[in-house]
Amino acid sequence: MKGKEGKNTIKKTTVKGHVSWIIACVLAAFWLLITILPFIFMVLNSFKDKFEMLVKGIFQLPDKFNTTNYSEVLNGRFFHYFMNSIIVLTISLVVLLFISACAAYPLARFKFRLNGFIYGLIVACMSIPIHITLIPVFKLSKSIGLYDTIWALIGPYIAFGIPISVFILTSFMKEIPKEIEEAAAIDGCSRFRMFFSVILPLSKPGLSTLAIYNGVTMWNEFSFAYTLTQSPEARTLPLAVWDFQGQYSMNIPMIMAVLTLTILPMIILYIFMQEKLVKGMMAGAVKG
Amino acid sequence: MNKNKNSLEANNRKSVAITAVIFLLPVILFLAVYVLYPIIDTFVISTYKWNGISANRDFVGLKNWKRLLEDTKFWAAFWHNIVIMVVSVVIQIPLGLALATFLNFFTKKVRISRVFKTVWFFPYLMSSVAIGFLFTYALATNGGIISTISGWFGGQNIDLLGNPKTALLTIILIVSWQFTPFYMVYCMAGYSGISDDIYEASVIDGATRGQYFWKVALPLLKPSLISAAILSMVGSLKYFDLIYVMTNGGPGSSTELMATYMYKFSFSQFNMGYGSTVAGGMFILITAVALLTMKGLNRGGEE
Repeated sequence: MKGKEGKNTIKKTTVKGHVSWIIACVLAAFWLLITILPFIFMVLNSFKDKFEMLVKGIFQLPDKFNTTNYSEVLNGRFFHYFMNSIIVLTISLVVLLFISACAAYPLARFKFRLNGFIYGLIVACMSIPIHITLIPVFKLSKSIGLYDTIWALIGPYIAFGIPISVFILTSFMKEIPKEIEEAAAIDGCSRFRMFFSVILPLSKPGLSTLAIYNGVTMWNEFSFAYTLTQSPEARTLPLAVWDFQGQYSMNIPMIMAVLTLTILPMIILYIFMQEKLVKGMMAGAVKG
Repeated sequence: MNKNKNSLEANNRKSVAITAVIFLLPVILFLAVYVLYPIIDTFVISTYKWNGISANRDFVGLKNWKRLLEDTKFWAAFWHNIVIMVVSVVIQIPLGLALATFLNFFTKKVRISRVFKTVWFFPYLMSSVAIGFLFTYALATNGGIISTISGWFGGQNIDLLGNPKTALLTIILIVSWQFTPFYMVYCMAGYSGISDDIYEASVIDGATRGQYFWKVALPLLKPSLISAAILSMVGSLKYFDLIYVMTNGGPGSSTELMATYMYKFSFSQFNMGYGSTVAGGMFILITAVALLTMKGLNRGGEE
């Protein structure tokens, strides 16, 4: 507690302050409700029986939390979609981060004539809508025989992750002090060794931020996945909902279970790595 | 001596260039194959009548482009994109700013605001497809959230998505639900760039929180808000996933967007020639809007 005099000077503002405090909290709670309501709807109904939801109303607690919906979904093809997503994500992410770091290195540290032009060109690709590439990429995947396999997705995912990754890694590598490089150069370190043993390890924070940002985007990607694959064998998690819906079109609780399961990995990841994830989003946010 | 040094420098410059090319090659290759070549190819395909499958395609010149210019449905779709763009900027950015401001003022004092921060972010973690499915059921006329709440107050069932008058607005609100957390984080990043000293100085000067926000924080946040607006605008013009899942442009064509219109022609009717023309038109319009807003907002920033 503050001294008496201090208390007196802020007294005028506290009454007004309290009122606005309360209003702010009420509004905040209201937005919290709007945010959480669809999730409550989803989780609550995923534990219900097929007809229970329609008969009893949507906000009614289920009679008993039966997990048959979940076990049925998990016994179906769910893990298959999940594994497809993991494979595509892992390969795309590793390749994307490596080649983006490679490209960022000369752009950040070398002086050569076309430097600014190439950098501008790569960064300008950020505002390109994927729909303009959809038909030619579809055509391309068909002609090289990748259509309807998970491998068709890797190329586009890498390509559309490049602009933001090069942008962030270049500004990251510019911050690395020149002295470190100079010291290594005196020791007779070649540019390639310099990259692998000095620059790349020092870029780790930038890389992990980008891994999270690009990972979220790739995990949720829809347009390419929907266009370039057709059979359930080749499809990724965002499309799982699609196929389950065809299978259980009238069984809403079942679909809610599928949705809950698709979102769960992201929520768990988020709760464990909240700070990093938000940082990654912030880094992505700077791209404008 | 001098000559020697020059040749050494030239040699060095050459080796720098060669190393740069080696490092840049993979990225350039990927962009060339999956971005630059497809853009050119889209414009090439737009001069053909082609079903996407058969080997032969008929060259039709600029016929598709003439059709696009006269296609009222395409321009209606563009108009819907513009509506989404304007309303999204008006809703998402102020709301995101308000949430970030709340967190900025209260995080240090109140533990519970961490809960707010965590939960408010949830919608952004969901894929657009999942959100689309969730809201299709959550807004169902019979047994949806809105209808149920309306029933508690003795009201009728409400059909928001089946009504051409409300469908677009409903979609915009769902999009705002999804993306407001993104702009919240964006504004939080802006706030973290304002040093504590500035806040403390204005408190010592006797400023209330409101005065601090309007007179000190807001001008400092202006650059982040401008780039957030550009992001939101360009994003709105590209919008696809959610609409495709929820309404596929309907009812009628009341929620048709450029991207869903393009998709319909290309991958439902397999009219890839005209589909490419729509994609090309979309590309030109988005680039134009992006350049115009950037120019306009930058000029506004200079003043």
